[in-house]
Amino acid sequence: MAFTFAAFCYMLSLVLCAALIFFAIWHIIAFDELRTDFKSPIDQCNPVHALVLPEYSIHSLFCIMFLCAQEWLTLGLNVPLLFYHFWRYFHCPADSSELAYDPPAVMNADTLSYCQKEAWCKLAFYLLSFFYYLYWAPSTARPFGPSLVAPSPHVSIRGTRTGTPRGSHAPGRGTLGHYMRVLTILLMVCNLVLISNRRAREIPRKRSRSLCAPRTSEE
Amino acid sequence: MSAPAESPHPAASARIPPKLGGAAASGAAAPAGPGPAPHQQNGPAQNQMHVPSGYGLHPQNYIAPSGHYPQGPGKMTSLPLDSQCGDYYSGLYIVPTQNVVTPNTANQQPGAQQMYGRGPPAPHIVGSTPGPFQGATSSASHLHTSASQPYSPFVNHYSSPAMYSANSSVASQGFPSTCGHYAMSTVSNAAYPSVSYPSLPAGDPYGQQMFTSQNAPTVRPVRDNSFSGHSTAISHSSPLPPPPSHQYHQQQSLSGCSTLSWSASGLPSTQDNLLRNHSGSLATANSNPTNTVADSLSCPVMQNVQPLKSSPVVSSVLSGASSTRTPPAANRPVEPVASVTQPSELLQQKGVDSSSTTSSASPVPNSYDALEGGSYPDMLSSSASSPAPDPAPEPDPAPASAPTAPQPSKMAKPFGYGYPTLQPGYQNATAPLNSGVPPSSPVYSGFQQYAQYPGMNQLSSSLGGLSLQSSPQPESLRPVNLTQERNILPMTPVWAPVPNLNLDLKKLNCSPDSFRCTLTNIPQTQALLNKAKLPLGLLLHPFRDLTQLPVITSNTIVRCRSCRTYINPFVSFIDQRRWKCNLCYRVNDVPEEFMYNPLTRSYGEPHKRPEVQNSTVEFIASSDYMLRPPQPAVYLFVLDVSHNAVEAGYLTILCQSLLENLDKLPGDSRTRIGFMTFDSTIHFYNLQEGLSQPQMLIVSDIDDVFLPTPDSLLVNLYESKELIKDLLNALPNMFTNTRETHSALGPALQAAFKLMSPTGGRVSVFQTQLPSLGAGLLQSREDPNQRSSTKVVQHLGPATDFYKKLALDCSGQQTAVDLFLLSSQYSDLASLACMSKYSAGCIYYYPSFHYTHNPSQAEKLQKDLKRYLTRKIGFEAVMRIRCTKGLSMHTFHGNFFVRSTDLLSLANINPDAGFAVQLSIEENLTDTSLVCFQTALLYTSSKGERRIRVHTLCLPVVSSLADVYAGVDVQAAICLLANMAVDRSISSSLSDARDALVNAVVDSLSAYGSTVSNLQHSALIAPSSLKLFPLYVLALLKQKAFRTGTSTRLDDRVYAMCQIKCQPLVHLMKMIHPNLYRIDRLTDEGAIHVNDRVVPQPPLQKLSAEKLTREGAFLMDCGSVFYIWIGKSCDNNFIEDVLGYPNFASIPQKMTHLPELDTLSSERARSFITWLRDNRPLSPILHVVKDESPAKTEFFQHLIEDRTEAAFSYYEFLLHIQQQICK
Repeated sequence: MAFTFAAFCYMLSLVLCAALIFFAIWHIIAFDELRTDFKSPIDQCNPVHALVLPEYSIHSLFCIMFLCAQEWLTLGLNVPLLFYHFWRYFHCPADSSELAYDPPAVMNADTLSYCQKEAWCKLAFYLLSFFYYLYWAPSTARPFGPSLVAPSPHVSIRGTRTGTPRGSHAPGRGTLGHYMRVLTILLMVCNLVLISNRRAREIPRKRSRSLCAPRTSEE
Repeated sequence: MSAPAESPHPAASARIPPKLGGAAASGAAAPAGPGPAPHQQNGPAQNQMHVPSGYGLHPQNYIAPSGHYPQGPGKMTSLPLDSQCGDYYSGLYIVPTQNVVTPNTANQQPGAQQMYGRGPPAPHIVGSTPGPFQGATSSASHLHTSASQPYSPFVNHYSSPAMYSANSSVASQGFPSTCGHYAMSTVSNAAYPSVSYPSLPAGDPYGQQMFTSQNAPTVRPVRDNSFSGHSTAISHSSPLPPPPSHQYHQQQSLSGCSTLSWSASGLPSTQDNLLRNHSGSLATANSNPTNTVADSLSCPVMQNVQPLKSSPVVSSVLSGASSTRTPPAANRPVEPVASVTQPSELLQQKGVDSSSTTSSASPVPNSYDALEGGSYPDMLSSSASSPAPDPAPEPDPAPASAPTAPQPSKMAKPFGYGYPTLQPGYQNATAPLNSGVPPSSPVYSGFQQYAQYPGMNQLSSSLGGLSLQSSPQPESLRPVNLTQERNILPMTPVWAPVPNLNLDLKKLNCSPDSFRCTLTNIPQTQALLNKAKLPLGLLLHPFRDLTQLPVITSNTIVRCRSCRTYINPFVSFIDQRRWKCNLCYRVNDVPEEFMYNPLTRSYGEPHKRPEVQNSTVEFIASSDYMLRPPQPAVYLFVLDVSHNAVEAGYLTILCQSLLENLDKLPGDSRTRIGFMTFDSTIHFYNLQEGLSQPQMLIVSDIDDVFLPTPDSLLVNLYESKELIKDLLNALPNMFTNTRETHSALGPALQAAFKLMSPTGGRVSVFQTQLPSLGAGLLQSREDPNQRSSTKVVQHLGPATDFYKKLALDCSGQQTAVDLFLLSSQYSDLASLACMSKYSAGCIYYYPSFHYTHNPSQAEKLQKDLKRYLTRKIGFEAVMRIRCTKGLSMHTFHGNFFVRSTDLLSLANINPDAGFAVQLSIEENLTDTSLVCFQTALLYTSSKGERRIRVHTLCLPVVSSLADVYAGVDVQAAICLLANMAVDRSISSSLSDARDALVNAVVDSLSAYGSTVSNLQHSALIAPSSLKLFPLYVLALLKQKAFRTGTSTRLDDRVYAMCQIKCQPLVHLMKMIHPNLYRIDRLTDEGAIHVNDRVVPQPPLQKLSAEKLTREGAFLMDCGSVFYIWIGKSCDNNFIEDVLGYPNFASIPQKMTHLPELDTLSSERARSFITWLRDNRPLSPILHVVKDESPAKTEFFQHLIEDRTEAAFSYYEFLLHIQQQICK
């Protein structure tokens, strides 16, 4: 199979999806920190704001690419989230310069739990779509044919979903597909390392604050 | 009660250097200091304002100011007297101590001069100098030094590059003095650490007097400052107690403020603390024009009683617990404790009653009213809250009242009227329905066994005869058929229901004025709460002016180790050494220091400590509670001087008020003040000490605002007082010819933020129009044709985020922005209010303000300003609300920034700020019978002290729906609902919010109806506790904030919403449901006595035109406005006696005052109105409305039970609800 535009789309979305997963995890951590009093909402909402616009634009980019590649099914899966993002973007407080997360409002228990739920749902969605781009993408889009697909026990599932004939599951070792897999796994590991680093930085900070700066923690 | 508790002690001499340093540094402190003199010499040379040539400037503006300055010298010479003696003595001391005034003032000057003139004064001199004076200066200088370190870096920073070249000459004048100033204080700072604070003071919850001096042999009546000679004598020689009468005289002179301390004497913290309590209470007294100090003091009744109370007072010597920290040879602090002869009895009988003071136990029945006035905490401070004796929340076990109310305080008004017209109706309604009432009395008696407190078991038994448990609690569950009950509104104000706790806890519980919960019986599970369909939340008024507040200085503030709850009356002591937290149930150790009880002078009674005996206490916090040294009081005024503003003429009023209250601004010697004005440019005023006159600096670059001379714009109030006064005198005339119509509010606020960010403080913004230039400019969004639309009301939210972001920045720098909006047209309050909402400021709105065309608004501004400028203020505050495990905070309402799930960041806190919190039940409360809520407000007082005010509320948990309904606090529920509805109308829409309000009634009543199943369903039945719910909701729907169909300006509506969000409950209730009284037949029957005045108590009328008779005159109290409606055929005697006109026809259309006539009915009416007015955050204006005048529509729109073209009458509303329920 030729290296089609659709295949390029899937490859790119695969990489970008990893970034989105990272953003989602970042959000989850950020709201968790808010809930546990680590940070002032003003401090916390700034980096979160910085991530919101990239996230939305990356996701919109996906959708545009899939639209151009005429991948209707993938587009269909992504459109609800796209609309949700549009809704969020145009429903934010006043200026819409502060995307979605309003420091004074975010500490409201309802808002906070909503934000957390939203972040978890997005994480789930991005994870699923990540594997979808990796494995379940229609064969037409697979640039290197079956070689991209890893030899895995999920064959039957894959078969049922798209219904496309597949059988030539040659082991992908040494192929581009293999490298793709390694690359994605590396990306995930990077994510995890980054996140755990962030956690590790937080914990000593918490300890020191409760010791020497009681004003914030005491009252 | 300020106590210059001085002791011959090394600490005293250690204090001298800082004092001198402070005095020298702050030139204004020296009575005849050299400060003013150079100014005058400089004067002629700089008679014209220095105006940097670089900035475009209209010279004609400055003619007026220069004309003013020649008057300067004359005033300057009088400055020292004004600022100090005048302040303290004329204001506070002359009246109460008539007999000693002359010696006092005579003594005082020499004393002061000695103090400053001699190097190390002998301790006794310090002791004999007049208390407040001494206390102020010494404590101030201490604070000054303590704060000087942090600020000295700024000096270096600013002085190094003369970067603002605009006026280099000024800079060169200003900087040296600043440097000298700071150098001085840092030197003196060296001496400061040697002062130790071994103090262990605490407040006196029982109205006893407690004093400490540091050394064993000297036992002194520290309070006796104004009797300077007298106190000196005692302090040196006698270990004897002071004559009791003097003690009491002095105590009473402080308007019943029984806060006291037995901290180590002479230490600044103590003095300061005392002084502050003192000035705090006096400030409130002063804020009300008629309630002078004399009123509260020298009322004969009180004086008669005093000997009685003081007779059992003895004082004795006592050892303190903080022995280890006491520096000198003195082993332990000695406390001349004025305690009652039978302390145990006192404790048992009334000591536990946190709100009663000694005076309430007076056996003189006929002075009961006066005593009540002196003793009940709210009597003097907030008349609105509970002026009449409030038997329900504060059962008074005093022997005097006990006989009158042998069977508990059902409606146990010790005097006054009961429920005359209500009773028959009740009987009618009750009899047939009784069968349907759930058997609630057994349930309630079940609450009696909560005695978990070792010390109180015997207490409860001793009080068994007085038990309130048998009181008619089922009353609150009695079903009321709403459609058939014509007089649903009681004749007396509605009191907060008392939580159904056992007697001990009931007495210890927090005053409902500070802390109320919508459900006084907390449902056990969220499911039960959902079933009841009632909102669960707290209403807080944490920084209320209190007349009695135990202040505790102890080295360790005892808190739970895991949840950081402060120890409170509702913890349980497992044994002597351990206590169990009532919020998280962790078992903590009792610290050694806590084992000693300074009240009973005994060891090993931790449960009798004041912290454990009072649910409202204030701690003096140590440096652990500071991130930086306590900030000074800093005030910045940002004034609109565009054409519109000058035309409105508010500047005159503001400057006049400021001039009058300059000395009363809360603060210490570090207090700083600054002014900015703006139109299309921003004007700064250099007020640096040493200048001959204020300098105006104009910054026209509003896109990138900078501060011309950052260090001389906010100046020390006392050092630059003359310049400030000059500026205030000049300001109203400076812009009279301005043609500038633009307003660059946004850039001015940015500049204000820059100016304030190093210290934090309060910014007061006066704005008169839509900001039209620079950042934050706004467009008009109101469509006047939509004002009375019944459909969508738009633009309730902000148009821009600019003000919110600015407020958040300000909040981060501990700066609050208070907005005074004095506009004649639409000014987009919805956007502007954000600057105050998120920075914990407050909002004042004066629609169609004009100083001549609208004199009533002008008068209101003047009165509001007086209160605003002189009321207490706390800086860099945070408030944390904790609640028992299982409950969680949900949403907060008020002006603040929420920093974490239970922490509110409050840049400023003022006594008029209220808050609301929604709660949810996250875990079932099945394993507990009590839940507690604790509010801790940590703030920096205006005197530079870190303080923590802690309120704790305890409520029972119930498991049946009936009990939940029995405990509904309908007023609190309405206020919480109003807050929620405001949120809803901003986030969703107004009609949505209105629907939600109606649904709240429908849901709760139908839920109740389903619990009492055997009642006929055709009737609309509510429990007695909820009988006012539909009425109040209807009132809310007709309130300005939520009404539709009636023409309401958008700004008015938004302002009403802001008010709902930040007013405390008592004031909010009046806004929602005004009180109507008939005042043409006031009698003394049932009158109460407040401050020697007889205040008649007419019954409440329901808000319906049916109650208005043409023969009568009615007063409507709407919180921020009073209306007196005069019927057409009103008795001419009344019109003549009260209004001062011969007949109805001659009453003018606009009348805003009652003349002071020398007739009985005039006196009664005025005293009643004054009493209603006392201590409102917004001073109400009075409108006399004639029956036929056009203004009567305003009056009639408050008659909420009547039908209007756009809204239901009360009866229709009930039918509507009934319909909805049956659906």
